[in-house]
Amino acid sequence: MLALQILVDGFAISALYALGATGFTLIFGVSGVLNLSHGALMVLGAVAAWAATNELHVGAYLAALFGIAVTLIGAFATYFVVVRPLQTSRAIPKEETEIFVLTGTLLWGIMIQELIAYFFTDNAKTVLPVVEGVVNILGVRTPQNEIFTAIICWVGIGVLWLIVNKTRSGKAVLAASMNPRGVTLLGFELSRIYIAIWAIYGVLAGIAGVLLGMFLGVSSYSAGPLTGSAFSIVVLGGLGSVSGSLVAAYVVGYLETVTAYMINPAYRFIPALLLLVVVMYVRPQGLFGRR
Amino acid sequence: MMRPSSIRRVLLGGAAALASLVTLTQAQAADPIKIAVIAEAQAIAGASIPQAAQLAADEINAKGGVDGRQIQIISYDNKSSATDSVRAFQRAVSDDKVNAVIASYISEVVLALEPWAARLKTVMITPGAASNEITKAVHNDYEKNKYTFHGYLTSAELAMSVCDGAKDILVNDRKMKTAVIFSEDAAWTTPLDAGYKECLPKIGLQILDHIRMSPDTTDFTPIYNKIEGEKPDVMITGISHIGVQPTVQWKNQQVPIPMLGISSQATNSTFWKDTNGAADGVLFQSVSGPGIAMTSKSVPFADAFNKKYGNFPSYAGYTAYDEVYYIADAVKRAGSTDSDKLVAALEKTDWEGTIGRIQFYGKEDQFTHGLKYGKGLITGMISQWQDGKQVAVWPPEIANGKIRFPSFIKAQNP
Repeated sequence: MLALQILVDGFAISALYALGATGFTLIFGVSGVLNLSHGALMVLGAVAAWAATNELHVGAYLAALFGIAVTLIGAFATYFVVVRPLQTSRAIPKEETEIFVLTGTLLWGIMIQELIAYFFTDNAKTVLPVVEGVVNILGVRTPQNEIFTAIICWVGIGVLWLIVNKTRSGKAVLAASMNPRGVTLLGFELSRIYIAIWAIYGVLAGIAGVLLGMFLGVSSYSAGPLTGSAFSIVVLGGLGSVSGSLVAAYVVGYLETVTAYMINPAYRFIPALLLLVVVMYVRPQGLFGRR
Repeated sequence: MMRPSSIRRVLLGGAAALASLVTLTQAQAADPIKIAVIAEAQAIAGASIPQAAQLAADEINAKGGVDGRQIQIISYDNKSSATDSVRAFQRAVSDDKVNAVIASYISEVVLALEPWAARLKTVMITPGAASNEITKAVHNDYEKNKYTFHGYLTSAELAMSVCDGAKDILVNDRKMKTAVIFSEDAAWTTPLDAGYKECLPKIGLQILDHIRMSPDTTDFTPIYNKIEGEKPDVMITGISHIGVQPTVQWKNQQVPIPMLGISSQATNSTFWKDTNGAADGVLFQSVSGPGIAMTSKSVPFADAFNKKYGNFPSYAGYTAYDEVYYIADAVKRAGSTDSDKLVAALEKTDWEGTIGRIQFYGKEDQFTHGLKYGKGLITGMISQWQDGKQVAVWPPEIANGKIRFPSFIKAQNP
């Protein structure tokens, strides 16, 4: 019974992690940017969706779309206000660009987090669920919302796979993540590819944020841990490897769920972090890393 | 015999001295009484504290102040941090020269400030922290810590209030027999849980389990699962830092066990919105609430607050509002803002506030400078969220509705 419970609960949370981490790893793969404002952007989407319901009085679907749109705008702002100016700045030595971008996005994330706390308090908010009620899966009472979350996450990942593998611009993105210089030689504008991946990232992070808001609820405090778990997942899976991130999301998701059920919910994040340390020692390129 | 010129000199000197004395007293009369408010402006419970204090000060000032002196509120956002609070306290006393401090709803913060109230000999009253340790320190070293007052119920009293309510509405009316304690791991819940463990069996609720969660918990599914397996009739809560998330997940997962206890966030009028209505059916202890006439002052205050700020105050708003009033009252009775005289005057406080009749326990009592609990003083109340409103369900004298559970709760109705 407990095993079934863990199986069902772990699946939904892992799917959510997978969706959140996919965009994160894609950006790293293509442009070498580790976006540490990731968690704050997810929280932004969830809080925007909450505000849409409670301040603008729109329905659940429209609120969810509004949340995703706000995260998308937030992602573009991250790229145009923080990342690109730092990448193109002549004042920063080239070998230090990455560390500047890392610090820049970290500070940007903190700014977003503080603004959310300032305008909407640091108390948790929850997004109006699109579906309500529970169903019985083999004796496990499961919220329909949880099933909905898992389905949307996998549909999102599926659509991303189709775009990347079946469309011309998607293929260019994929190629760019393997060899950025090669893509420019083929006549693609790298800057346009960057904009495309930040758009994909914004939508994915927005969906993940809104779903998390429906499923568990988020507060401005969630920003740090969310960035942390996305970071763990992509390092574990191999930085830049999308399939590695998907597998790692499930490893981390289930490890957390098992810990929460079998040991103590307070310790749920610890085993995944220990695993991360071990992976860094034994296999620094991650489970499916390319380098 | 003095020469006329000397007489004139003496008279002139005397007049000058008198004149300067008069201007001095006039200057003093115009000097405002300064009260610092150090609070968590970014948390819903904390945000009400400076707002309510300002409202009280405006009302007192509109009526001419205290013996002609206006009340000035100086507020500091502590960002829920103890270090920021200590810095604010030092600045308030040494730079802004405040006469008293109203501080925080977090026990850890107030415990960090208590030694500073002693060192800087400045009266400090908390509107919302609950730990027993605050008054215990005053009791154990009175001369040093006498500057600290506890303007909200101690955890032990909160447990008593919950048990008093639970006895009537759960045990007598609904024949409940078993409970699980469901509380967050924080300074204020250690004495609260000890209080629950003592009083729940006495009122006839057998404790099946005691769960303490990390305040960082985001997914409560495993906890609810465990509790459901133990089949208690009720979950007795002790939560403040968390609130929205466990409530929403309780509803989403349709956990069939009712919740009653301390749920600080549920006292906020925004809780319904924050949980998208998942709060429906949640029973929580509080000291007052919108539309509930705990005393003749409760409803006018809540309405005035709502009119000015667009939402109803949190529990710490009620207490902060009362605190400004009884500090002003103490200054008037002491005829001075001198800290020691103010302490002596505050100890004799007998003030009808928005949460009940306010008196403090004395030097010899267990909770020195804590609020006196009991009938005719402060009893607290139990409310329930129903259709977007907080409905008072206990004690019967002030109740304005009956308990109603959502359909997924399997609790008997009497």
